[in-house]
Amino acid sequence: MLCIHSMYSGINISQTDPRPMYLQILEQIRARIAARDWPPGKELPSIRALAAGLNVSVITVKRAYLDLETEGVIVTRHGKGSFVADVNGLAGELKEEQLAEHLAQAAEISRLLGLSDDELAARMRRALKNLDAKK
Amino acid sequence: MKQGMNDKHIEMRGVRKVYRFFTLDSVSLALEPGQIMGFVGPNGAGKSTTLRLLMGMISPDAGEIRVLGHEIPKAQAIAKRDIGFVSAEMRLLPHTTLGWHMDFMKSIYPEWDGGYAATLVKRFNLRPEQNARSLSLGEHVKATLLLALARRPRLLILDEPTTGLDPVARHEVISEFMDVLRDESRSILFSSHNTVDVERISDTLTFIDRGRIVDSGDKEAFLDRWRRIQVQLPPGAALPALPNVVKREVDGQFVTLTTNQYSEGLQNLIGPHVTHVHRMNLEEIFVANVMYHREARGQ
Repeated sequence: MLCIHSMYSGINISQTDPRPMYLQILEQIRARIAARDWPPGKELPSIRALAAGLNVSVITVKRAYLDLETEGVIVTRHGKGSFVADVNGLAGELKEEQLAEHLAQAAEISRLLGLSDDELAARMRRALKNLDAKK
Repeated sequence: MKQGMNDKHIEMRGVRKVYRFFTLDSVSLALEPGQIMGFVGPNGAGKSTTLRLLMGMISPDAGEIRVLGHEIPKAQAIAKRDIGFVSAEMRLLPHTTLGWHMDFMKSIYPEWDGGYAATLVKRFNLRPEQNARSLSLGEHVKATLLLALARRPRLLILDEPTTGLDPVARHEVISEFMDVLRDESRSILFSSHNTVDVERISDTLTFIDRGRIVDSGDKEAFLDRWRRIQVQLPPGAALPALPNVVKREVDGQFVTLTTNQYSEGLQNLIGPHVTHVHRMNLEEIFVANVMYHREARGQ
């Protein structure tokens, strides 16, 4: 399909995609937020502007935004618009995943170095203390 | 009489119009500001008759019609100042040009937006100086749409606005409709049998068949509720009685069910033999809905 509406990061609706239109919009927005192309706090296009940009009904975009809001990926402030959520939701989940990954790596390296569990925990506490001291 | 912000743009209640070979009956419709309603029906279903009633071009035999808060047909002159009506059958007057029509509209409508009209001339790739006789069907449609849009009416009533347009022209006019809806105090009612356009841009849908409204509601709800469920039964097994199934096609052990009220509960009732659950597009929903109502009415 032709991408004519690059002002919305090329969000597209395909007639041959078996997913409903609202889901196509929802997943493309979620992907942009997960990739941090749309960082926390970024204002989303208004529902009517995005509907006009994509040539789809207002109700379809509204449905996508409502679901993203329920998931905690975006927040809507009445009269002010919708924004990418800060720590909660997807951004929070991403951080959780990052933390789990780094902890797993730390555990693996500590085994390679032959550190005891207590020694690793002590190092973690020291890292936290250094971070707090910097603030 | 000033209209409040939350008043409906269109309200029809129990409208009836009797012709010798056709009766429009019990027609009720409501269109809110900020919305696009797709009005879908087979040929001869009563779409154009309904739109002509809204425009006060014909009078109802019974029922109530209000457009932009004004009683129709009584107060049609006031209402029409803020309505743009375009039908696919409209043509520019012969021996004139689009430019002549634009000047004429400007002289009678103080709201005429000359800048917007000039933009639309470019977007629709029209030539104001061209004689109406040499315009193609698509150019006539785009020209009449331009004349309605550039008045910036609050309500657009469009009878088959994309009929006769090639895919590129359809894209151009649909973009214009969506642009109108950036302003939430405006609304559009358009009839069409192009279900792809209707599915894409409508907020609400109304189905009409043989002079009666068959169904009406929120588009997303329609697309959510209707499903086709495919079942493969083990030999000798039969399906239990199921609610909300509008069609059941049986071919040996293979059964296809069409429901207008899909839920997980329904799927659980059918049990473990469901092989596929498909969403339906608007065209499929429309046809299934019309057939179901015709059967229910014994036609």
